[in-house]
Amino acid sequence: MSKSITVRYFAGFREHAGTDQETVSVAASTAGDVFAALKHRHGSTEPLGHCKVAINDEMAEWDSAVNDGDTVLLFPPVAGG
Amino acid sequence: MDITKDPIEPDRLRDELIDDRAGAYVGFEGWIRNHNEGQDVLRLEYEVYVPLALSEGDKVIAEAKKKFPLLHAECVHRSGSLEIGECAVWVGVTSAHRDEAFAACRYIIDQVKVRLPIWKKEHYVDGHSGWVNCERCAEHGQLHPEAVSP
Repeated sequence: MSKSITVRYFAGFREHAGTDQETVSVAASTAGDVFAALKHRHGSTEPLGHCKVAINDEMAEWDSAVNDGDTVLLFPPVAGG
Repeated sequence: MDITKDPIEPDRLRDELIDDRAGAYVGFEGWIRNHNEGQDVLRLEYEVYVPLALSEGDKVIAEAKKKFPLLHAECVHRSGSLEIGECAVWVGVTSAHRDEAFAACRYIIDQVKVRLPIWKKEHYVDGHSGWVNCERCAEHGQLHPEAVSP
């Protein structure tokens, strides 16, 4: 069943998507499902383990469950310092 | 943890940690260098997702305080556009003895680099630019013709 998910893109993902945020209808159980379903938006072929994800402003895991109405934040590989 | 758009002033930050109980202060400054992986760097931009950078940075500092007997530990990271030579990140740690101060400072900067939602875009002398650590991320600025259902 499809869920309404607000997706936020950062850095290279945002540049590829051409927007920093959008609400999509997506059939997804986990954060990883959201990432996979939106590959054409973020454009990444990075291994999932190189990227990070947050749900509703809490750091999460790729196998974390997503619920209808959640905001999923997709983070490319980080490079602080 | 702090994120700032203003220049980092390590001397001022260090002075805030002065404590009569401290026998050791270890500070780390990360500077913008003029080259990376064979390319001449002109300047760079840090993109920071501030809410989670702050909360994750606070977690890293709390972990350091739990692992080592510290008096104080602080970290400040820049956001926005930086020029060569500017300080991008500062870590300051005080403790009674030097071993734990060195170790905790190292722990904090290493964790900050791999955990905080911060991204670095380098602008090169030859005119192009790129996101660091993101070789297989999207082509920059490319807008894919497909659209998802709103």
